[in-house]
Amino acid sequence: MKQLCALLQWIDARFPLTKLWNEHLARYYAPKNFNFWYFFGSLALFVLVIQIVTGIWLTMTYKPSAEQAFASVEYIMRDVEWGWWMRYMHSTGGSAFFIVVYLHMFRALLYGSFKKPRELLWLTGMFIYLTLMAEGFFGYLLPWGQMSYWGAQVIISLFGAVPFVGEELALLIRGDYVVSDVTLNRFFSLHVIAMPLVLLGLVFVHIIALHEVGSNNPDGVEIKKHKDQNGIPLDGIPFHPYYTVKDIVGVVVFLIIFTAIVFFNPEMGGYFLEHNNFIPADPLKTPEHIAPVWYFTPYYAILRAIPNQVGGVFAMGLAVMLFFFLPWLDRSPVKSIRYRGWKYRTALTAFVVSFIALGWLGMQVATPVYSWMAKFFTLIYFLFFFLMPFYTSTDNDKPVPDRVNYP
Amino acid sequence: MLFPAVLTAKSAPDTYHMTVNTADVKSLQRGARIFVNYCMGCHSASYMRYNRLAADLGIADETLKSNFMFGTDRTGNTMEIAMKGSDALRFFSVAPPDLSVIARSRGADWLYEYFMTFYRDPARPTGVNNLKFRDVAMPHVLWDLQGYQKPVYKKIGHSDGSTTEVIEKLVQDTPGRLKPEEYRKTVHDLINFLVYLSEPAKLQRQKIGVWVILYLLVFLVLAYLLKKEYWRDVH
Repeated sequence: MKQLCALLQWIDARFPLTKLWNEHLARYYAPKNFNFWYFFGSLALFVLVIQIVTGIWLTMTYKPSAEQAFASVEYIMRDVEWGWWMRYMHSTGGSAFFIVVYLHMFRALLYGSFKKPRELLWLTGMFIYLTLMAEGFFGYLLPWGQMSYWGAQVIISLFGAVPFVGEELALLIRGDYVVSDVTLNRFFSLHVIAMPLVLLGLVFVHIIALHEVGSNNPDGVEIKKHKDQNGIPLDGIPFHPYYTVKDIVGVVVFLIIFTAIVFFNPEMGGYFLEHNNFIPADPLKTPEHIAPVWYFTPYYAILRAIPNQVGGVFAMGLAVMLFFFLPWLDRSPVKSIRYRGWKYRTALTAFVVSFIALGWLGMQVATPVYSWMAKFFTLIYFLFFFLMPFYTSTDNDKPVPDRVNYP
Repeated sequence: MLFPAVLTAKSAPDTYHMTVNTADVKSLQRGARIFVNYCMGCHSASYMRYNRLAADLGIADETLKSNFMFGTDRTGNTMEIAMKGSDALRFFSVAPPDLSVIARSRGADWLYEYFMTFYRDPARPTGVNNLKFRDVAMPHVLWDLQGYQKPVYKKIGHSDGSTTEVIEKLVQDTPGRLKPEEYRKTVHDLINFLVYLSEPAKLQRQKIGVWVILYLLVFLVLAYLLKKEYWRDVH
């Protein structure tokens, strides 16, 4: 025991280990009223680790060439010891990542976690979201199935629709005039190294930004306003051990759902592993119905809702970028939905409904009825942002308490 | 004789749905026999190894070598076929696809309907057509088991006075070696096998999954009790 203390002192003289431990865990004070919505940050970190570890094992056997990619995935599924388990964890993890991140973002909309002084926290999170979408997009080409190939072809052609620079941009992304072996190789590099490095850097910045300001909470009350004589927030508890032990429960519940999918239904009816992707990519045969993976479908629906090609691409891009402006669009001084008026509550409900509706519509074939619905929900989606300065400044918010509501 | 604008419609009153049961090893064995004898003349299963098949389906080495392996003598090899790709294109104008993961892309119900709905069509080079896969280039390889079916047409009238003929249903034309119920069971076995072929790990993963979930449930109880114990201090 004395040797361990001596070792710790030796390290501390050379690396701020105890200081980091205290600042970010044992003496980092988080609000004591975290609820269900506060699990998803640690779960996102957990899924990131799952993806990296399973990704490392997959990369040992996967071959990033047009001739060998599909076969190497089947080799992993059949001949590599526990290869099927790595593959299913990685494919399920990819979808799980987006489910967790969407719920994590929704928490911010519920409790105003994007508002001052957490604007930069929100922005770093938005950059993580963009990077995650790129990571998913690059990764999806790798199995080299029909949906991989044609999905990539469609999305890259959207970049080609950008005025003036479109053609050059598409050529730069593809590395060739059509999606080919060259594209597969560079997407492999981007998926395995470039995007993960960017993700890790951004997640680090995201957590530092959080710890600088301190977490928000379901009541939207700033706990640092009321501290005891030692400078500890009255409504704060040290992250370790209280939230480390609570997050373990969250991780176990998550794993029960996650492993139920991995071991019993990894395809999830074609949503996590699409049926068409078990046909090797064929540049000469276009599938009847090309749709992106489920987590992109809301934006795909918005793209299709605008009849003009450049307009559609612009609307799709704007739909994602509008999130960046949220801290400045929201004019209400109240953070948490618990104390907001009926206008914001209605707007948020309408937004969630339209996001889910657009997600579903993006998976369907564009019939006249569905097209009309997509236009309708696209309008709701954009109005949520464009009208926000008006309905948040005239909302009848309730008085916000001084201290958190803790049962 | 070509019927004008013959449209294909659902042939039989019942929809084609089958319950897949990859736990039934005997069914998988029968299906493997059908696959090797009737399908592997043209279709490879190039991601599947013979010895994996034998291990999963409980087939002895001798039986494997004598009854399943025609193109090779090494049990560790994958299930390739002798027909060259270029020859296949000449014979059929489309290369017969590898069937290793066909059950994951088409689905069991699609395959079931496919094998049940071949019928005589003199207009086709193979002499048959298929209700599920219109103008398919594949002949009805299971013809000696099922026999041949023929279509029964009905006329549909339109509001402008014209009529089109559609296929209402298929009926037995010449019998095969098996009765219809026996043929249906044979197709069942084949598709069970194709589902297994598409994902051999399925047998394994479901068994392991039960233990994983049980472990996690016990872990959940303990983790939750630990959390409650720590959080007693918080007030």
